[in-house]
Amino acid sequence: MELTDLAFVTKARSGDADAFRALVERHSRPLFRLAFRMTGNQQDAEDAVQESFLRAWRQLGRFDERASFGTWLYRIAPNCSLDVMRSRKRRSNLSEVEDPVLALPSGDPTPERVAMSGEVRERVAEAMDELSASERTAFVLRHFEGLRMEDVGRVLGCQPGAAKHSVFRAVQKLRRALEPLVSGAR
Amino acid sequence: MNHLGEEQLILHYYCEEEDAFASDRHLGECEACRALYGSLQRTLNVVDSLPVPEPGAEYAEQVWKRIEHRLPARRGARWVWALPAPWRWAAAGAAFAALLVAAFLAGRFYPHSRQPAQLAADPQAGERILLVAVGDYLERSQMVLIELANARSPGSLDISSEQKRAVALVSENRLYRQTAGHTGDAAVASVLDELERVLLDITHAPSRLSPGELEKLRQRLEAKGILFKIRVLGSNVRNQEGQTL
Repeated sequence: MELTDLAFVTKARSGDADAFRALVERHSRPLFRLAFRMTGNQQDAEDAVQESFLRAWRQLGRFDERASFGTWLYRIAPNCSLDVMRSRKRRSNLSEVEDPVLALPSGDPTPERVAMSGEVRERVAEAMDELSASERTAFVLRHFEGLRMEDVGRVLGCQPGAAKHSVFRAVQKLRRALEPLVSGAR
Repeated sequence: MNHLGEEQLILHYYCEEEDAFASDRHLGECEACRALYGSLQRTLNVVDSLPVPEPGAEYAEQVWKRIEHRLPARRGARWVWALPAPWRWAAAGAAFAALLVAAFLAGRFYPHSRQPAQLAADPQAGERILLVAVGDYLERSQMVLIELANARSPGSLDISSEQKRAVALVSENRLYRQTAGHTGDAAVASVLDELERVLLDITHAPSRLSPGELEKLRQRLEAKGILFKIRVLGSNVRNQEGQTL
């Protein structure tokens, strides 16, 4: 019988690294997708994932067993992604900024690659980069991860109203930036 | 019904509005709002199609390999976590009750001529608090140094925020360095002494660094190997912290 996350958490809390490894195996891929959407960069996403698990290990004692471990991790990961993004900003050298699409593994073109022209990809990535850290976090959590506004607020540590406004601002900025593109493509 | 605002349309898109039925009806009747909503949908559909690289099948294994050696030890209190939740609360309650009884007895029978500070002293708890504080302090110092070591800028770079953090870290450092000196922990005191000098270098530097000055600062950090030393010390502190739990 497969153990639940909670069973692994209980073992990990008592120092069982193998139990924690099982949690890493279960959650690292969705966490990578979240971190990639937050950071827009493969290397930064990988760093954020590692940091998230390290932070989770250190804070296991604070995990409330009534909650879902996955949701709890999803609260840690955006903050780690933000830390990585802040650190990246410090060493920002525009010529080294990795295009998230170029970071895709090479090989046969995926449907996404085919669907998106280079220009559209660039404009979307640029528009996402224009969002502030809180706008980007709120937008990624609401739009890609499907969290409700009040859960976004919990992750950001703010009221649902403030989370809602971050999402509004993000969508408005994206719409302003991409509107010429989408109306031209109609 | 008035026209729907952009914010209402965003809530409608995410199915988080209070009266979805009214919005649906309005969108059915109002061409202007329908056009605005269509534009919003198209924008978000384009954003949706931004691809995310799919990590390989061995990704989880790679993550584990990278973090495995960085996990601080979790020791002590094993038996507590192994208990079912209700028993854990009972154990915590019993421990707290024992603590209250001990505190009462100590207050009742301990010679009152003694200094209160001596009553409160618990060397193990003190050590644990110090380890936690030093561990956190090292992490924050490391973060400042990493940011500066990785900073790249084609023009001059404003490091005033790092300098502010470095000023605060210097005063904390003195406290921990002196404590390490008093407890005879020469190795820790030595690393903290080096760290303090590096932090002072940062606080005394100009708040805007030219690329050349930044490079020199980076070289000084690398030459002293201070980041590596902090990492090792941090890791040792975390291990000790785990052992004192």
